[in-house]
Amino acid sequence: MSDIIKNGRVHVDEWTVLRLAEGDEAATIVLPAGRVIVPLAVWQARREELLPKAEAGVLGVWLAGNEDPTELAGDLSALPLIAVDFPKFADGRGYSIATLLRTRLGYGGELRAIGNVLRDQFFFLLRCGFSVLQPQEDKYTPAQLEAALASLIDFTEPYQGAVDRPEPLFRRQPRRPLHKEAA
Amino acid sequence: MYQYDEYDQRIVDERVAQFADQTRRYLAGELTEDEFRPLRLQNGLYIQRHAPMLRIAVPYGNLNSKQLRTLAHIARTYDRGYGHITTRQNIQFNWPRLEDVPEILDLLAKVQMHAIQTSGNCIRNVTSDPFAGVAADEIVDPRPWCEILRQWSTFHPEFAFLPRKFKIAVNGAKEDRAVIRVHDIGLDIVHNAAGELGFRVLVGGGLGRTPIIGEEVAAFVPWQQILNYCEAILRVYNLHGRRDNAYKARIKILVKALGVPEFARQVEEEFAHLKDGPSTLTQAEIERVASRFNDPVLSALAQDAGYRARLAEDKAFAAWARRNVRDHRVQGYASVVLSLKPYGVAPGDLTADQFDAVAELADRYAFGEVRSTHEQNIVLASVREADLFALWQDARAIGLATPNIGLLTDIISCPGGDFCALANAKSIPIANAIQDRFDNLDYLFDIGELEINISGCMNACGHHHVGHVGILGVDKNGEEFYQVTIGGEQGNQTTLGKVIGPSFAAAEMPDVITSLINNFIDNRQDDERFIDTVRRIGVESFKTRVYAERAARLEAKEIAHV
Repeated sequence: MSDIIKNGRVHVDEWTVLRLAEGDEAATIVLPAGRVIVPLAVWQARREELLPKAEAGVLGVWLAGNEDPTELAGDLSALPLIAVDFPKFADGRGYSIATLLRTRLGYGGELRAIGNVLRDQFFFLLRCGFSVLQPQEDKYTPAQLEAALASLIDFTEPYQGAVDRPEPLFRRQPRRPLHKEAA
Repeated sequence: MYQYDEYDQRIVDERVAQFADQTRRYLAGELTEDEFRPLRLQNGLYIQRHAPMLRIAVPYGNLNSKQLRTLAHIARTYDRGYGHITTRQNIQFNWPRLEDVPEILDLLAKVQMHAIQTSGNCIRNVTSDPFAGVAADEIVDPRPWCEILRQWSTFHPEFAFLPRKFKIAVNGAKEDRAVIRVHDIGLDIVHNAAGELGFRVLVGGGLGRTPIIGEEVAAFVPWQQILNYCEAILRVYNLHGRRDNAYKARIKILVKALGVPEFARQVEEEFAHLKDGPSTLTQAEIERVASRFNDPVLSALAQDAGYRARLAEDKAFAAWARRNVRDHRVQGYASVVLSLKPYGVAPGDLTADQFDAVAELADRYAFGEVRSTHEQNIVLASVREADLFALWQDARAIGLATPNIGLLTDIISCPGGDFCALANAKSIPIANAIQDRFDNLDYLFDIGELEINISGCMNACGHHHVGHVGILGVDKNGEEFYQVTIGGEQGNQTTLGKVIGPSFAAAEMPDVITSLINNFIDNRQDDERFIDTVRRIGVESFKTRVYAERAARLEAKEIAHV
């Protein structure tokens, strides 16, 4: 079981991320027992079969960087969890996908970052609306992960609005003009 | 210039702490090379040929004397006694040790400076007109808009890991001096038919290996909406820009692939959702940001008779004034360009002592402020006419009064193969060899305006495509050669130069320039500039002359060896 970060603390995860290996078919792959996060292709191929599980809170869907979040527009209220995969930490598409899910599509459930999730991106991930951060298993020791919580609050008053604080700094805080003196 | 408030300061201080911890973890082996690379790049730190290179942000080229003194101190303490002004108005140090960088950033933070987003696949330092706020042809001062864009783009969480780097430039004058047409986003401040202020938005310009002139995506975006509109552009790019090939990852490739109408449609669709959202700007916010530029309040002065008398009697001073002094919007004041292109020095280099001396000049004559230019010179924006002679004498004493602004020897050059790990060939020795050939000032004045831009590789940091003469270092079987283009131009008529033919060895370059100049002198009409003659008679005549004279030189050499 990998550890996840949620609400500013480390938790033991209860979910399994299902990834299709070469040769696996979305329509036929056997789902692991327990709570599972399936690829979009599996969800789309077997929506009717999986919908009750989603509604029961034990099945979520993950999106790859090239997948359009509006594909899930009709399912948002049924899904307890959507994950976005970061194939490489430097691949920033997931930030826009998360932002769209939260702001454009109004998704309110758990939004989880999976894949190559590193502590130096935690701050950005939270700002874009991710509620759970899941570093790769064994990436960090328990002590390192505890230390990594500091990265969640690298910056206390960011300039621009984002999902976590929609208003930009100039609307959130009183910023003062400077009074000029004649030269 | 812009004065930080407590929030600006806090963000920079928090960045110093963040990067110090990242560096510590890297040195302790907790961060891999691959994981650390984008983090250090987003702090302007490259690993170069000899040592790390640290690029410090100079937002839209604005610096004050206190900052210059800190840069002098950094050059002296952590570098080998000099720094370099880049073609994006930033400042680079070529020799700091990685271990020292957190300390350097801490020193910078104390004078409201940083190295945030000066490299990496993120929104880079916003650039603008070095004469902003004082130019006689200015429509609107671009600096507050640049600052608003700087703040918006600083640690923008959604756009910290774009497919590739992203450069924004803003022009607020009739004549574009910010090369906005070769930026990922070029913003032109305009008024619409109703007299309202807004931005004409160009997207997809850029030099590099695929040079493209930016195209208009929106003719008019109301100023209130400019951040929303930029966000729409960046989101379309972030989601759809190519990530499979770094050479095809800039927004210009996406715009070309989709076509401007389709790209514009996607941006408009995104913008429709963002319009009037929380990032919409207010009059109060614009005024607040503008107020934090503590510009001197200048009132018109009588034209200075002493200045005019000096011009009449001192030929050297008059020559400098003609090339290096520009009109100011307030009568009795002028803007001065300090040339960082004396002979035999790397274009754009300043020694630690010169940083200090420029600070002194700024305090004495220019209200404590200077601007760096993308042409790699320094501007003193507001100087009293009555002070120009004294300033000239002082600048001369520190080697910064070469009267060559806009002339052949005012060469733009990247650091090239002497420093840069990416370069195919050296740039600085080529610039110096050309300067050496054309060391007669009267002849330089006679040749007139001519921009030579040199890049050591196709990444085009030296903007060679838009030089009247462009020189590009290329690698041919492990040897350094130089490809020459002519007819490029920056500004409102931005044009990409045309390659004249096969490339040349380094030693040939002064002769090649001589051939180009001779052909120009033989063909020019009246006071035509080099670029105008190229336009009028075409590239062919220059090409013929250059290669004919080259063949003759080679033949003469062979005869000499028989």
